[in-house]
Amino acid sequence: MKNSIAERVCDFLKIYPPFDLITFKKLLEIAEEVVIVYLEKGDTLFKADQPANEYFYIVRAGAISLFHTDSNDNKQELVTINDTGDIFGVRPLIARENYKLTATANEETIIYALPIKNFQSATENNAKVYEYLITAFATNAYDSYTTEENNEIFKDYLPNTSQDIVNFQTANYTKTPITCPIGSTLQEAACLMRTYKIGCIIVVDHKKPVGIITNSDIKNKIATGEYPINTSVSNIMSSPVITAKKNLTVADGQLKMIKNNISHLCITKDGTVNSRLIGVLTHHDVLVTLGNTPSVILKEIKRANRTKKLRLARLKANTLLKGYLEQNIPLTHIINVISEINDAVIIRAIEIALKKMPTPPPVPFSWLALGSQGRREQLLFTDQDNALVFEDVPEDKYEETQAYFLQLAKYITKSLNKIGFEYCEADMMANNPEWCKSISKWKTQFQNWILSPDDKAILLSSIFFDYSRIYGSEKLVDDLSESIFEALEGSSLFYKFLGKEAIKSPTPLGIFKQFLVEQNGEQKDLFNIKSRGLMPLIDAARLLVLSNQIKNVNSTYLRFEKMAEIDPNNKELYESCAYAFKALSKFKTKQGLLHNNSGKFIKLETLTKEEKLKLKRCFKPIQDIQETLKLRFDLKNFI
Amino acid sequence: MIFNWFRKKNDNYPEFYLEYLEHFKKKPKGLIEETRFVAFDTETTGFDKKDDRVLSIGAVSFAGKSIPVSNSFELYIHQDIFRPETVKIHGLMKNGNNVKVSEIEAIKAFLEYIKNSVLIAHHANFDKNMMNEMMMRNGLGKLKNNFIDTGILFKKSKHKIYQDTLKKHYSLDDLCKELNVPKVDRHTASGDALITAMVFLKILSRLDKRKHLKWGYLLRR
Repeated sequence: MKNSIAERVCDFLKIYPPFDLITFKKLLEIAEEVVIVYLEKGDTLFKADQPANEYFYIVRAGAISLFHTDSNDNKQELVTINDTGDIFGVRPLIARENYKLTATANEETIIYALPIKNFQSATENNAKVYEYLITAFATNAYDSYTTEENNEIFKDYLPNTSQDIVNFQTANYTKTPITCPIGSTLQEAACLMRTYKIGCIIVVDHKKPVGIITNSDIKNKIATGEYPINTSVSNIMSSPVITAKKNLTVADGQLKMIKNNISHLCITKDGTVNSRLIGVLTHHDVLVTLGNTPSVILKEIKRANRTKKLRLARLKANTLLKGYLEQNIPLTHIINVISEINDAVIIRAIEIALKKMPTPPPVPFSWLALGSQGRREQLLFTDQDNALVFEDVPEDKYEETQAYFLQLAKYITKSLNKIGFEYCEADMMANNPEWCKSISKWKTQFQNWILSPDDKAILLSSIFFDYSRIYGSEKLVDDLSESIFEALEGSSLFYKFLGKEAIKSPTPLGIFKQFLVEQNGEQKDLFNIKSRGLMPLIDAARLLVLSNQIKNVNSTYLRFEKMAEIDPNNKELYESCAYAFKALSKFKTKQGLLHNNSGKFIKLETLTKEEKLKLKRCFKPIQDIQETLKLRFDLKNFI
Repeated sequence: MIFNWFRKKNDNYPEFYLEYLEHFKKKPKGLIEETRFVAFDTETTGFDKKDDRVLSIGAVSFAGKSIPVSNSFELYIHQDIFRPETVKIHGLMKNGNNVKVSEIEAIKAFLEYIKNSVLIAHHANFDKNMMNEMMMRNGLGKLKNNFIDTGILFKKSKHKIYQDTLKKHYSLDDLCKELNVPKVDRHTASGDALITAMVFLKILSRLDKRKHLKWGYLLRR
């Protein structure tokens, strides 16, 4: 029977190595036995220590994360992420032993499972194919046992900490080093160093590096009067230079520098002094790659030119977050740092997306973050909620302009998804025509919500009123806020709707001072810290700032702090709300990191007595603020 | 049974059709992970169930989330009716290179392949009608399988705030775009069958976040 699907599988395989080395006819034999596997985010394909499957795998769409499990404390360390066309799970092809890594879908993923038996019979004696597979294997195999056995091929060793994973990144070196020819004078070389504001220069002879001159050479050999400034560079340069190949890892680079007591490595074409200079790796470059500090991560984000790199940078921020929580650093500081990093990631994703567009934007626009991200309270990865506003255009240009921004938004939301921000379940994202509009249409939209509120409008505005500008025109956003506050002036009904929302979750302590847990469904007996603890505070804070015409204060605790300032009579209540919010957020974040989810549901029996008490203390202000809202907005008869 | 009176009795059904009916005697458990699904698609000479004919049938089967390529189904049917205007869509020529079988042979092979699986198709009613018409033309009864329509299923998966803004019809291309399914081999029966299967699995994962659905829910409109 004809099998068109197998042919299409072939079409895909043949563009990726090592399948490009196999004839179409042989490839078809393999493709006919392929199994197409669909994985949801989080699905596990195989686990470390499981016996080998009959298949090895190639990613068709999506991405697969490989984890190493530390046998001492069972911690999972991310080893690598495989994208479209990447091969993984080849261990059974090379050695008949159990898997050493765990493969899990990093996002929704389609993979092709290739049967090892058919593959082997179709590729028998094809040395090149196996060479490729062994290399692919070696780069993913972090296993001390194989290292001892095959120290020629498998140079990598077992990573114990995330720092070790960083060590295995390819070093990021300067690819356009400044050089001077061997015949130059020192003065000429120094002028070049001044022009390019650099601390060292490589002396080359026919493009091959022969020596290096650094600031300290000039200090020690010229300024001391030992040599005149017009001496030839060859007289004072350090020679020979230490060279390395271009794909060296950070760890190798650092080692070489320590061994030779130098701070610069010359990268050459074949790794020896006898070939062309192609770059310079400095000690500073190494430090930048190794450092896990906000500034380093931010720098890395700004430099990233691909989504994959952005994802790695954002993952580092999670390690940072864990460290911060362990060190008990104040939550406000953590929130600031993580929001800053999230903003930078989104800005960079937008810049990358803009480059993909055929033309620059037809009119100015702004990118808004909504919901928790808009309030700058997002610590863990959550859904992405965003919107786009663009400047008004003539009616006949509207469709075309919107289409442009929709395409842009599609690129952006897709790459945010790859980075780890899940698509919004309700599709409240800027690639939806509903959330990508001109400023006038947005104004009308908000006015409708405010002037004729209903439950759906409230559901939407609870997300939309917490917006903040991430990228683009500030004027557009100010203009929008202006118009919203104008509309709010005449609507007490809208406040009542918002108030109803804020008091709809009852105080989380039952009459017998027990926690109210979920009564039914999958989350039975779990405590929903988000809907019962955080949301009432978030809703209350939003209502309070809107009704007091306070602009540009977006985060919940800052909103309460602002209220304490302008309404001193209730200062204590507002301050305790701000405190409770911070305490609850920290709680949720810790739970989330512990269970690798959003931390929304808490198993009460896992808490210590002290933690339970702490939690309960947070609920008193919630009860009080709900009472206050009922009075102030006259909600008693409204619900 | 009393309802047997309403059914057209036909004792002359061929063996393979009786065998097919036999599969429906047992009541299925309804657990998604234990159910065999078959996603299928037909290429036809046009849209009229009486006048038009099925030119090819493609199908893939799966239980769980893996689709074995080796167990896909693809065949081409010899037809006297030919409409040149539809060739540009499906690319099947009257005297093309594909080996063709007669209608009855095609039905036999298809029924043996699907058994009592739950069938999935995009705009399922069309493919269902075309198949039923072809079966009755050959003196057989209709398909007995349960059907899931990916077009309807997609609408079910949308958040409630959008229910009033949904399009009336979503084409397979629309769904590929919305769900990010790689479009390969569109407009061949087996290519479309594979795409439909992918679309189904993706919608299912959105609907079944808690992993407790039974497929009965998927059938309901």
